[in-house]
Amino acid sequence: MKKSDFENLTRIAKRMRLEIVKMIYSAGSGHPGGSLSVVEILTYLYFYKMNICVSNPNKSDRDRFVLSKGHAAPALYAALGIKGFFSTDEFKKLRKVDSFLQGHPHRLDTPGVEASTGSLGQGLSMSIGMAMGLKLSSINANVYSLIGDGESQEGQIWEASMSAGFRKVNNLCVFLDYNNLQIDGKVSDIKDIRPIRDKWEAFGWRVEEINGHDLYEIEEAVNKFEKCNSKPFMIIANTIKGKGVSFMENNADFHGKAPNDEEYKIALKELEQ
Amino acid sequence: MIYESVRNAYGEKLIELGKKNKDIVVLDADLAKSTQTIRFGKEFSDRFIDSGLSEQDMISTAAGIALTGKIVFASTFCVFLTGRAYDQIRQSVCYNKANVKLVGSHSGLGVGEDGATHQILEDIALMRALPNMRIIVPADATETSQVIEYVANEYGSFFVRLTRSKQPKIYDENYKFEFGKASVLRDGDDIAIFAIGAMVGRSVDAAEELNSRGIRAAVINASSLKPFDENTLLDYAKKVKGIITVEDHSIYGGLGSTVSEILSQNHPVKMKIIGVNDKFGRSGSPEVLYDYFGLNVKRIVEEGLKLVESD
Repeated sequence: MKKSDFENLTRIAKRMRLEIVKMIYSAGSGHPGGSLSVVEILTYLYFYKMNICVSNPNKSDRDRFVLSKGHAAPALYAALGIKGFFSTDEFKKLRKVDSFLQGHPHRLDTPGVEASTGSLGQGLSMSIGMAMGLKLSSINANVYSLIGDGESQEGQIWEASMSAGFRKVNNLCVFLDYNNLQIDGKVSDIKDIRPIRDKWEAFGWRVEEINGHDLYEIEEAVNKFEKCNSKPFMIIANTIKGKGVSFMENNADFHGKAPNDEEYKIALKELEQ
Repeated sequence: MIYESVRNAYGEKLIELGKKNKDIVVLDADLAKSTQTIRFGKEFSDRFIDSGLSEQDMISTAAGIALTGKIVFASTFCVFLTGRAYDQIRQSVCYNKANVKLVGSHSGLGVGEDGATHQILEDIALMRALPNMRIIVPADATETSQVIEYVANEYGSFFVRLTRSKQPKIYDENYKFEFGKASVLRDGDDIAIFAIGAMVGRSVDAAEELNSRGIRAAVINASSLKPFDENTLLDYAKKVKGIITVEDHSIYGGLGSTVSEILSQNHPVKMKIIGVNDKFGRSGSPEVLYDYFGLNVKRIVEEGLKLVESD
């Protein structure tokens, strides 16, 4: 990544955070914590890595992204809107009945969304299906997927993990947004998923562990994925829930709560700095 | 009477379709030998995925494959398909409008000796309530074959409910399955019997018995269960004294519920829902179980007589 690319992506990540907080505030509900923790990953994928085309969104050889942790929809919508899949004017209609930005991503509502997600665990299996489907059609494209750490408590994640590892689905790169918070508290207190690296490796995956807010580390890991032909690829991204807004950071209360007027003002001030 | 396996019809049709269309992909969950998808797997190993005992993963994976432009069949016993993976069917398949065909091979009491754990009696109820889901219950091997071809060529999700045991031949080669149309097997203007699956043959036998007692009973195979052929139902409702529904399913949420919902809102007539009355199944041969739970010719005749007498 060139320095100018890095600077450009950093600007986009900053804007994404602003849009996320703004749209959740105007919706009056939503999931800021887990949206803010995945910003750099989505920025890198949508504005640097993935082979996608706004003017031809259904081209068959496009890379796919599936947001398995569907509650981070505001982050996905911010990326898609800024990318140009639809007008950013729609952001303020998030979660409204007549909006195409529903509470969780819906493929048939929102341009650019590849799969409807929200019931946790399913997006990973769908990603594996997409990756296998692309191979069956001899299409050279990758599937990127993002799962949560709380989501990793779902049984289906491990069914899927076993499937992809066993079948050596090598055009699949999954990010784990490891912010260690879920609705009821710390993941490590509710039902610890550690040793998480060992689990994925035992299931037949190549695993890299990175700082999920560092664009260079994200790039380095994805480059390794592209060179790895023998296994599906897991990137454990250590992140901070609510990253960028001081009072949301590492605060489980902001898993699924919009900021109030006062909090909103503070958040904007911090994000606009 | 000739008896034929609907599962074999499914397995054979899959191979035929697979030869014609390379976009057909088949998934199973460690029951490929029972569901007969194994035959497709042997012929087209690259397009067959045995998910192992991971029904939830199988269904979401099926949806993912379908979203890349494939026509995907996913099979296992109805209980593990619609029960175990209900949420995956709801979210990954229906909400996504994915091109996935769910074909359940073993349904209801027809599963037999494996008993209650394997005999789902509420699968139709579950699938019926899902938007974007259509339901077909073929009555015999000939109809199964045509239904499988139909769903392969029609975009979107279907639940096709098959049964384990061989079924009496209802249709000859001239039969043409028409989705959304009920198939009138026998006309009559005293009562009308709407039946699905393994109950169709029994209803035909019951109608003959009723006929010998002077009661003209129509028999209609309601294989297109959702959407339902309201016109045929209402035509009969207007001319008969009562309507009976017969299904190897709970009396809640299946064929009987469908028919009563339509009748009560359009043309109320007396009716009797024959099915399993809010109970789990048991071990036993299908024949023994159908007698035990009152899903047999004798019961259909009794209820027919009652409907006519109470008129």
